[in-house]
Amino acid sequence: MTDITSIALSVGFMAVLGSILASILVLANKRLFVYEDPRIDDVEDLLPRANCGACGSPGCRPFAEGLIDGTYEPAQCTVNAKETNELIANYLGVDLGAQEKRVARLACAGGSHVAFIRASYAGMSSCRAAALVSGGGKGCSWGCLGMGDCAVVCDFDAISMNKYGLPVVNEDRCTACNDCVEVCPKDLFELHSVNEQLFVACKNLEKGEEAESQCEVICTACERCAVDSPEGLIDIRNNLAVVDYRKNDLASKVAIERCPTGAIVWFDKQGGYQVGKDAKKIIRKEMLPIG
Amino acid sequence: MGLLNLFRRSKTFRHGVHPMDHKEQTAHLAIRRLPFAPKIYVPLAQHIGAPAVALVKPGQEVVRGEPIAEAGGFVSVPMHAPVTGIVRAIDQLVPTAAGPKTPAIVIETYEAATQEVLYGLDRDLNALTREELIQAVQASGMVGLGGAAFPSHVKLLPPQGKAIETLIINGCECEPYLTCDHRVMLEQTDRLINGIRAMLRATGARRAIIGVEDNKLDAVRAIREKLPAGETISCEAVETKYPQGAEKMLISSLLNREVPSGGLPVDIGVAVYNVGTLAQLGELIPRSRGLIERVVTVSGPGVGKPGNYLVPIGTPLRFLMEQVGSSSAANEVIVGGPMMGMSVASLDVPVTKGVSGVVVFEKTAEDQQQHTVHPCIKCGACLDACPIHLNPSMLGQLAGARMYETMASDYHLNDCFECGCCSYVCPSNIPLTQYFRIAKAVNRETKAIAA
Repeated sequence: MTDITSIALSVGFMAVLGSILASILVLANKRLFVYEDPRIDDVEDLLPRANCGACGSPGCRPFAEGLIDGTYEPAQCTVNAKETNELIANYLGVDLGAQEKRVARLACAGGSHVAFIRASYAGMSSCRAAALVSGGGKGCSWGCLGMGDCAVVCDFDAISMNKYGLPVVNEDRCTACNDCVEVCPKDLFELHSVNEQLFVACKNLEKGEEAESQCEVICTACERCAVDSPEGLIDIRNNLAVVDYRKNDLASKVAIERCPTGAIVWFDKQGGYQVGKDAKKIIRKEMLPIG
Repeated sequence: MGLLNLFRRSKTFRHGVHPMDHKEQTAHLAIRRLPFAPKIYVPLAQHIGAPAVALVKPGQEVVRGEPIAEAGGFVSVPMHAPVTGIVRAIDQLVPTAAGPKTPAIVIETYEAATQEVLYGLDRDLNALTREELIQAVQASGMVGLGGAAFPSHVKLLPPQGKAIETLIINGCECEPYLTCDHRVMLEQTDRLINGIRAMLRATGARRAIIGVEDNKLDAVRAIREKLPAGETISCEAVETKYPQGAEKMLISSLLNREVPSGGLPVDIGVAVYNVGTLAQLGELIPRSRGLIERVVTVSGPGVGKPGNYLVPIGTPLRFLMEQVGSSSAANEVIVGGPMMGMSVASLDVPVTKGVSGVVVFEKTAEDQQQHTVHPCIKCGACLDACPIHLNPSMLGQLAGARMYETMASDYHLNDCFECGCCSYVCPSNIPLTQYFRIAKAVNRETKAIAA
């Protein structure tokens, strides 16, 4: 008898307690309800969820929110295939928008077969660590250290190291997310539109023989490219040729023709590049000796 | 722990490591002068703070001791010509131990130039007021000669509301191989005491304590002999342990006080100077001269004639190596001591004001190979070694995950002064100090971009 009473009591107590708590939850759900556009989830499902930041927003969900309130255009996601972005545009009923393809380019062409190495670095295998020890072993203090921090940081496998220890950017895979730009201790990566075809692949601030003794593909500040190009396109600043991309329409292959070292290059839209015909022909394949 | 301390002879701090000191190679050798290099390279930024601004022009003749660059701000110092000769360039880029190339004044030495300094006027140290003394310190181009190269006059002017009560003179020289401070204490005791007296007046401090590691008791005796009774200056032996010479460690050893996290010694009323700095000041200020040379210990297995040399600022390491003779197997040159110093990638790096030693090693191919880095086994050896009681193991794991901001905000990364004890004791060969240097460099860059 007592058993049945205690069971009934406890079950009854739990039932009452449960219904009270449940009604609080129901009330809370009604009173504290936050409306969220269901389209955000749908759009986010169509985004790559790489959170790479190439579009300019911190991640894919803020980008989806931005798409709905019109801050962003679907084409600004450079990771998605064009078809997927069209799906998003159709779903939201907005313009696809236009985004010119941008890629990361390395401002150094000094691979181990052309750049002089003054000391062998034997420490931790990271460009950052090497840069902190006397600037690394390379003769040129501005050049690529070749330990591949950029290849490690790239989320899209767009960067691979070639046999001369220089990173090569796969332009199809590159989404211009800026990660390699941030990680490089020598600030050698720059993001460029594929239409900006003229590019100075050097950051060395020394000139003449001093520069040439450090690397065979180096800007010696000879000013030939600046003289040959339309005025104002190329400027020599701190012994380095600098292209003014605001005048990109004036750029042509004329600028690279007389470069004696091949430090200024012309990118074709397929991802390859050309050097001028006056540039040194480098047939060496092996590494330069250390010292 | 507490009981053991009662039986200990010398004062000390907790944690730290005991590396082999290798000082026997040069500790008994008197300071010797080095001849002038044919070309001298004086970098304009060889101290912490704003770079100096050149006063000379290419083609101009300069006399040894003459000012050639003026301070580029309050936290900056002037430069003086280390040799008599002709200025060849004022903005030539020279490599530095820190990495990036910096502009330097290049002076071509006259062949028959004398080592005698003819520049400067004698003046009475005691007649100078406090302000004049501080000005004189800046005008002498003096920076911390222990290695930090922080302009000395800045420390003499404590911020509003703070006063310096105790002057600590750092004669620990805890880095292995280095003996320059030891020789300075033995040979330039009078200059050192003059310098301390001047600094006592400039700071208004009530007492000065010279801290010397107890492997240099001859220096302690030499100083104590010269100190008159009843003087406010005292000399104490502290335990021989690395990093005893770090200012925060020395303060904790001598005064049993701790500098607050993120703070400076001045926050607890202390100013720390290296013995080399004060010995130079004791010599330079009474003659109104500038810092043009310093004592550098050149040592290590790869050096033919190791010793303590008086080297003109701006002498390229290549010339220094020629003069002392390096063995053919020598292949690693470290500027500073082996624990905190920097391995240089080029012998064109000049000796700057902060260089206390040059250590040359002969590394075999086996030594040069990278040690395999094993995973952290959570043994805690690094925690027991860290002199400022950080958690290097945790910091190392965060660095591996590139969580640099968490390291700074939650684990006090910025209190780490990169002494290298954690890397030294790590049985898994984890390059902890390198990780922390990277983390700090990245954080600095992020901050600069945000600003």
